[in-house]
Amino acid sequence: MTTPIDLGLPTPGTAGVPTLAEGQQLTGKDFTSDQEVRWCPGCGDYAVLKAVQGFLPQLGLRRENIVFVSGIGCSSRFPYYLDTYGMHSIHGRAPAIATGIATAREDLSVWVVTGDGDALSIGGNHLIHALRRNVNMTILLFNNRIYGLTKGQYSPTSEAGKVTKSTPMGSVDQPLNPVSLALGAEATFVARTIDSDRKHLTSVLSAAAAHRGTALVEIYQNCPIFNDGAFDAIKDRDRKADAIIPLEHGEQIRFGPPGEDGRGSKALVRDEVTGGVRAAFAADVPDEAILVHDAHNPDPSTAFAISRLTDTGYLNQSPIGIFRQVVRPTYDDQVREQAGPRRGLDDLQALIDGGDVWTVEEDR
Amino acid sequence: MTLTPEKPIKQVERVIIRFAGDSGDGMQLTGDRFTQQTAIFGNDLATFPSFPAEIRSPQGTIPGVSSFQVHFASRDILTPGDHPDVLVAMNPAALKANVSDLRAGAVIIADTHEFTARNLTKAGYDHNPLEDDSLADFQVHPVDLTGMTIEAVKDFSLTRKEATRSKNMFALGLVSWLYGRPVEPTIDHLTRKFAGKPNVRDANIAAFKAGVNFGETAEVFAVSYEVKPAPVPKGRYRNITGNLALSYGIVAAGRLADLPVFLGAYPITPASDILHELSKHKDFGVTTFQAEDEIAAIGAALGASYAGHLGITSTSGPGMSLKSEAVGLAVMLELPLVVVDVQRGGPSTGLPTKTEQADLLQAMFGRNGEAPLPVIAPQSPADCFDAALEAVRIAVTFRTPVVLLSDGYLANGSEPWRLPDVTSLPRIEPGFATGPNHKLDDGDEDFLPYLRDAETLARPWAPPGKAGLEHRIGGLEKSDGTGNISYDPANHEHMVRVRQAKVDRVAETVPDLQVDDPSGRARLLVIGWGSTYGPIGAGVRRVRQRGFDVAQVHLRHLNPFPRNLGEILARYDKVVVPEMNLGQLALLLRAKYLIDAESRTNVRGTPFGAEEMEGILLAALTDLGIADASDNPIDARVAEEALR
Repeated sequence: MTTPIDLGLPTPGTAGVPTLAEGQQLTGKDFTSDQEVRWCPGCGDYAVLKAVQGFLPQLGLRRENIVFVSGIGCSSRFPYYLDTYGMHSIHGRAPAIATGIATAREDLSVWVVTGDGDALSIGGNHLIHALRRNVNMTILLFNNRIYGLTKGQYSPTSEAGKVTKSTPMGSVDQPLNPVSLALGAEATFVARTIDSDRKHLTSVLSAAAAHRGTALVEIYQNCPIFNDGAFDAIKDRDRKADAIIPLEHGEQIRFGPPGEDGRGSKALVRDEVTGGVRAAFAADVPDEAILVHDAHNPDPSTAFAISRLTDTGYLNQSPIGIFRQVVRPTYDDQVREQAGPRRGLDDLQALIDGGDVWTVEEDR
Repeated sequence: MTLTPEKPIKQVERVIIRFAGDSGDGMQLTGDRFTQQTAIFGNDLATFPSFPAEIRSPQGTIPGVSSFQVHFASRDILTPGDHPDVLVAMNPAALKANVSDLRAGAVIIADTHEFTARNLTKAGYDHNPLEDDSLADFQVHPVDLTGMTIEAVKDFSLTRKEATRSKNMFALGLVSWLYGRPVEPTIDHLTRKFAGKPNVRDANIAAFKAGVNFGETAEVFAVSYEVKPAPVPKGRYRNITGNLALSYGIVAAGRLADLPVFLGAYPITPASDILHELSKHKDFGVTTFQAEDEIAAIGAALGASYAGHLGITSTSGPGMSLKSEAVGLAVMLELPLVVVDVQRGGPSTGLPTKTEQADLLQAMFGRNGEAPLPVIAPQSPADCFDAALEAVRIAVTFRTPVVLLSDGYLANGSEPWRLPDVTSLPRIEPGFATGPNHKLDDGDEDFLPYLRDAETLARPWAPPGKAGLEHRIGGLEKSDGTGNISYDPANHEHMVRVRQAKVDRVAETVPDLQVDDPSGRARLLVIGWGSTYGPIGAGVRRVRQRGFDVAQVHLRHLNPFPRNLGEILARYDKVVVPEMNLGQLALLLRAKYLIDAESRTNVRGTPFGAEEMEGILLAALTDLGIADASDNPIDARVAEEALR
């Protein structure tokens, strides 16, 4: 046995989870359960399911050590379709249940599948606390900006003014931005991706799984029945160059149609007036003024400022990628570190015999 | 140091002492120390701490009064007592709040230092009761406790405020002398507790000794009293509160099942001490998780159970309400889980520091759909240990959530506990699934997560990590056997009934109830559950001393009921059910057994008194034509003769 050398690298999210034997390789099919998938035709969830089934074999983990936990909603049916261990729990509570699982068992790779209603409305409290505790798990938040399973009420991410069954005169609720919320809760890994971009989705999943701590991945997901076209701007061939602001760690944040240098003609720069960030034409600003994305910055302020570029109304523009990826000790690792040597019945006797004990020698 | 009082010593069988003062006067600590001394001396005892929900109410006012009552005797006793023989009143409010509970002739020791015009006004007195004849029924001993304490500790360079804080130890010393308590345990305790603060340690010890010496030498007290040790079986004993015993029971259950324990909890009175205690025992494989709310607390515990740990969640009534949905999920998932409800006065926030038994129907029925689960209750503080073991046994064996109903009286009250030999306690077998449990038609094997044990109807417990047993469970109705989602009407009917049948089968593993009916002639049965065990027993004893026959039976298992309960109930002409609610057990008994069970209730936030219980039983005997409601022992004996 070789002595492990501490290279100062972050501990992977899957450390402690048993891996497959040398040479053994699973495929997407191994992760496909025998249950018939029952989402509506054209639902974005199919694409995410396929991507996850295709991605999981890359982890090289033993299938029996992977657990998916979900709440309630269309997306929360997800665990039934994966041939891993799974729990389809109750509305909004999946992060709490997963916290128990992850804290109890270091040898499990724990995933939460949730939606905008499940995670941000009824389960908002659990989401915030999972993020700030930094429990080692990955939360996939399918954001379709609508309640699908209950047939079309507005959700906490629906745009203000949205006309739905429960808001015939238009919603007067201010929507939540899940990425801003997660950054505010001091999450250590926050990313956003799109159901239809399998390559990007897979790369984000990969980074999230590698992250030790709570990783929040917001996935824009189209509901073709109750909110079709909610993400058209970022999926439309002609508009998406302007709509998607790609975030790559260590790279300038550039977007828009390619300029003369072949890179996006627009860029993000500091906004001296607000203290936030704003878009500018790259040609109009000095190169050094263009923000270089730093997902590892311990200070989440800039990541938060970038997250604010997402439209709150109909979506025309949104940063996509990993906003923040920092190292912080996880809740579950620290809890396990506090555990002492496991004591047995002798010690148990000593425990209950503690305190002021007296002996009665004979029956009296 | 042994007390050798030179004054005459009078033998008494039992004594009730109440220490009362302001919330900041240290009355709980004083009572606790007196209790420890008394326990070590060998008396049987029961205690009743009572304190406001506010941490510090306005000083000197009646809402700010905190008290600790201890009842000790040279025989076994069952309650903290109805009417104190001694009241230590540290201020006028403490006197005013407690004087009406005293028996005639009781001793009142009052700290004259605090009976100032200002404090008298705060307590609502317009005269000083120590100086008029309003306390003529009592033996009043006005003593300058504070002044003498300051004098006793003057050598320890303390501020006046610090010095006066030792006055509770002076009072403890005085009462310790009065009842011949051993003083070494308290001196040892103070030495240990204030090891890091020598001044405070020395001052407290000095004040305590000064109190003892004052009793011995001053002309105030003519006699002291002796209460001989009580007859008890041989063994090792300690004094224990219900919350501590319950916590130890959970630690023990984890070791006996060889399962790590995971407690999810959110702070709530009067259950928080369970969280505090269990958080100390990480080296017994106990993990505690202070969650963001009650729902997350049970959610995480259920997640841990799913992962193969022993999931526990502890709370009180308002938290139970919040946990309902998750308890329903646990019923559906059929995973082991213990839900501890330390009941308090309700509804809503109710009376956080007072006791009640009004969550029984919530435990039974407080979920959507048909969601049966076992419910069990401890009957005394020390019994919380055994009840916790039983809750875990049922939860693990039957793969079900179990509600364990303690209450505020059990939680904070204490009694001597004969320490069990842990090696003799029965092991609990988790029986995890080890492999496939079913053969397909083509000969292949597979795993059915809802294939049931023929005896218990429990499903396999298959935590993640076992290859070949991957399965999905959830809150949706599931198909028998496979656990897959099913909306089939016949399947749902089957699953609803089988979940009920599984809980019903718990009764097969519960021993028959034993009725306490010494003469075998009783026509009246009194039945209770939980913490009313002590008061009911005390009432029964009193009625029997009057020469009447009365049978008593007490329920630990509230769902399902023990198998022979129906037969027992049918045996008696009258069944009386005393409860600290509006008749919840009575409702269940009437519904299930179609008997005319009579409900007798109290919802004052305090346990029944022995005298009150005696009155309830005498009234029931009168209804039967056996006793006379005039409550006259002679008439009662005549009535008894007539019956024969």
